[in-house]
This record gives sequence, C-alpha cells and structure tokens, in this order.
Amino acid sequence: MDNVYLKKLANELRKNIVTATYHAHSGHPGGSLSAADILTYLYFEEMNINPDKPRWINRDRFVLSKGHAAPALYSVLAMKGYFPVDDLKTLRHIDSYLQGHPDMKHTPGVDMSTGSLGQGFSAAVGMALATYKADVHYRVYALLGDGELQEGQIWEAAMFAGSHKISNLTVIVDNNNLQIDGKVSDICSPYPIAEKFAAFNFHTVEVNAHDFDELRTAFKEARQWTEKGMPTAIIAHSVKGKGISFMENQVGWHGKAPNEEEYKQALAELAAARKEIK
Amino acid sequence: MEKKIATRESYGHALVDLYQEHKDIIVLDADLANATKTAIFKKAHPERHVDCGIAEGNMMGIAAGLASVGLVPFVSTFAMFAAGRAFEQVRNSIAYPCLNVKIGATHAGISVGEDGASHQCNEDIALMRSIPNMTIISPADDVEARFAVQAAYNHKGPVYMRFGRSAVPIINTNADYKFELGKGIVLRDGKDITLVSTGICVSNSLLAADILAEKGISAAVINIHTIKPIDTVLLRQYAEKTGLIVTVEEHSILGGLGGAVAEELSEIYPVPVKRIGVEDVFGHSGPAAQLLQEFGLDATGIASKVEAFYQERKRK
Repeated sequence: MDNVYLKKLANELRKNIVTATYHAHSGHPGGSLSAADILTYLYFEEMNINPDKPRWINRDRFVLSKGHAAPALYSVLAMKGYFPVDDLKTLRHIDSYLQGHPDMKHTPGVDMSTGSLGQGFSAAVGMALATYKADVHYRVYALLGDGELQEGQIWEAAMFAGSHKISNLTVIVDNNNLQIDGKVSDICSPYPIAEKFAAFNFHTVEVNAHDFDELRTAFKEARQWTEKGMPTAIIAHSVKGKGISFMENQVGWHGKAPNEEEYKQALAELAAARKEIK
Repeated sequence: MEKKIATRESYGHALVDLYQEHKDIIVLDADLANATKTAIFKKAHPERHVDCGIAEGNMMGIAAGLASVGLVPFVSTFAMFAAGRAFEQVRNSIAYPCLNVKIGATHAGISVGEDGASHQCNEDIALMRSIPNMTIISPADDVEARFAVQAAYNHKGPVYMRFGRSAVPIINTNADYKFELGKGIVLRDGKDITLVSTGICVSNSLLAADILAEKGISAAVINIHTIKPIDTVLLRQYAEKTGLIVTVEEHSILGGLGGAVAEELSEIYPVPVKRIGVEDVFGHSGPAAQLLQEFGLDATGIASKVEAFYQERKRK
C-alpha cells in the first residue's frame, strides 16, 4: 500500500474521530488524533486480520492500552468493516455498543477491554505469552500513552516481557508529551523513554509517528527482532491533536469534544489537507 | 477428624489432577509457589507453570491475556495480594470482560499466623464479593478444596478460591459427598439456632455445636462453600426453622459471609443474625491456633458467643 493511500486513510480516520467525539459531546480527540497514523498503518498495512472473522484464533492482536483513544480505534475498525461507519455517531450514547473505553464483549474487533491505564499492556504480554504455550500463531501490538508510562504496572509488564523474551510483542508509545494536567515532562517525567525500554531488554526504535516511511521501517525492524528473540518498543514522537490546527499541542483538547463551530472548522481543515495529499 | 491438611496443599495437588484431563490450564504464580503450593504443579509440569515474579497486578493482566486466547489460567498468590493489591486488575482486566481466569488465593485470614497483620487478609471476601461476574468459593477441607478446583474449572468465568495456610481436619468424609456450586451443605441438623460457616471455620463450628448440645442447645451447622452466589434457599429454610442465625468466618465481620447472609436474609426472611469473625481490627503475629483462640474462632470461643447470643435472644 503506497503512502498516498495511507495518508488518505489517515485523513479519513481523523474525520471519523472528530465526528464521533462531536456526536458524543465528550471523549478524547487529542490522543486519538496523535495515534491516527499509527493505527492506520497497523490496521491497513501491518496486522494479519480478517474483519469477517473478528474472533479468528490466529489473528494478530491489538491492545489499546491507552484506552481513552477509543474514538481512534473504533474509527479504524469501522473503516476496516468490523461495523458500520455510521455507528461511530453513537459513541458514548446510552444504547450504543461503542463504550467510552473499549469493551471486548460488545464491540467486534476489540481484542481487550481497556481504559484503566497500565493494564492493557499486561494483557498484551499475556496474549503474546500464549503463543509460546498453545498452538496459536500471531503477533501482538500494544499502544501506550506516554503519560501512561507513569503507571508502575507498565514496568512490571515490560520487565516480564523482556525477561521472558516475548519477542512477538511490539509496543508503541504514542509520545505526544501531553497528559491531562500538563506536559508529561513537567508532571512526572518518563524520559528517557527509549533508554528505559532498552534497560528492560527491549529493542527500541524512535520514529516520527506521522511519517509512514519511518513507521514501515520500524515495524519491519520489529519483525527482524522477533527472530533475534527480543520484543520491540517503538517510541513514536507525535503531536497531540495532530491534523486539526487549534487542537495541536493543546492540553485542553485531551478530553473535550468539539462544538458545532469547531467541528465544522475541523472538517474543513481535513478536507483541505486531503486535497494536498500526493 | 485426625488427619489434617491445609487447603492450599489440596489446591496444589488438585491442579496436578486437573491437568490430567484438561491440557488447557496454565498456572501462574508471583514468587510464592512454595507457599501457595503451585510448586507441586510446577514440579509435575514445569512447562505449564509461569512464575511472574513479585508483580501481582501484572500477573492478573497476563492471566487476562492468556484467557482471551482460550487458555484457562489458575493464578496464585496470597489473598492479601490477589484480592487486595490486584483488586482493580481483577475488576477491570478479568471480571469486566468476564474472562475465564481462576484465582487461587492462599493464606487467607488470621491463621496466616506469625507473618502478622500485613499478610493476614480479612477483607478479601468483601472485596471480591463486590465485583460483578465473580464467583467465590471457600472450601472447608481437603476433600472440598479438591472438588472446588474442579468446579472452578467447569464454571465459565472468573472464580476466586480462598485457601488457608494452616492444616485443618477433614470433615467431608462421607463417600457420597457432592460439591454443587452455589449449594450449601447441611452438616448437622438442629432446631434452636443455625451456625452458617465457611472455610477453615467449618470444622470448629461443628465442634462448637457439640459443646452447645451438651448445654442443651440444638445447633444446626451449614457449610457455605460457595459464598457467591450464596444459597439463599437454604438460608431461608434454616432462618424459618430455627429463627436465629450465627455466621462464623475467618474474615472481617464486615462484608464477608456474615455480610452476605445478613443482606440476603434481611430482604427475604429477617431474623436476628450474629456475625462471628474478626471484629473490624487488624490481626498480629502469633501461632495460628492461639490467634484463632484469641479472636474467638476456636470451638470454645464460637460456642460461648453462640450461647450468649442464644440466651440473649431467648429472653426477648
């Protein structure tokens, strides 16, 4: 799949994120938009999945450990055909299967219920461990927030994965440098991130989270390191709110939905950006 | 009642037996395999035992991941860390998605003994009982513990099993003993008062009933091995029959078996309920038997509390 096509998909994904949060009147657009290109790459290029068989035992697994980015996950799942794109407008509604945070019991394509930070990563490690203990074959991907790295459980899981050489596991850190209360570096700095994962016996790669060539290289490298017996941590340098000018790098857009005026402006910006894709 | 075995020991052996039939089980521990007795399983099937190190929250998450793929993890650590430290991982990663994880929590209650209050968990039933989708089993002896492990496997969904550190007498010696999840067992019939007990307190409750009989008080003894879902039919039957209920457990009187019984009966057939257990205090170091005596959970202590309650209610 060429980069132009991926960029168009990511643009569509961003449109769906702002549409879903606009109709929900709540939700987390900032951290969803920063992860949009990573999710586009994973679901349209990297992962071995079949939307017609969401429970296929040998599908690659994806765990959104930063579960508040559910609008991004739901959007990419809908675009892959797991459920109708139009249902994204029911996000967080009282009768919707699209819960505020991912619910594996009720949403096709969601591999793990997440939302309480730090916990999804452990489940991903368990899924990856299963391939060493049962006749199942797949890769496991977990997306973490950089603020989420403050949770101690992340390092419990990392220590286990590194120690047990769970090498079919790839963890991606959406490093947008913002959390609810401010800059992660001011609140309680997780830096240096790559060095920390390296110290926990991960192979590490640092990439621009919005550059498909860099993402492609990193995920290919992760597969090579599977053979070498090490899990990989991809530190993806991202921009919170990426693609919507007034949301970019604004901490206030962590957990706030756009109003009608803002929604229209966001759509206009994305439409203009789409014309520029080449 | 001569032979004594700790229910944690029964658990370790039951896992080995279970694997003969069910190759989809996998056993997890957090650096306590020799204490939780999963080391018995590890010795027999090292490839199916994963030591997660001293990281209980992560262990619960790993179990959730394994279960999501169809394996049946049996996860073990002390009750303090399984229900206490990892409460939220159990709630959000296991119970909310209703994943098929079995938690084998050992060293419950004050009979942990010498390790003292930091390791004596008197709150686990209360914590686990509050979580939707959770089933709780608290076996009384070796026989029941082995059946409990099988029943936990057969049940689809999360199960919390509560085992003790100290050796306890084997009371379920009948050849026709049957374990039915959610069904209480009448171990002794009576007409004046009913002792509702669970776990390692069941044997002492039976001895207490003997003491009470000598004093002319006819006490029924019911073993509630499944605390959730609790056998409301049997509880109502004995509330109607004897009019007085006493709960006996090695757990806080807040939120455990006593809490469950009082909650249910107050809705369906209110009768006075006396809760015998740890009375909202922390334990301390000492030999298990002496601690049980101090906290009034030995046969004499139970009998005297029941007698006092019975005499007090009879006057009214």
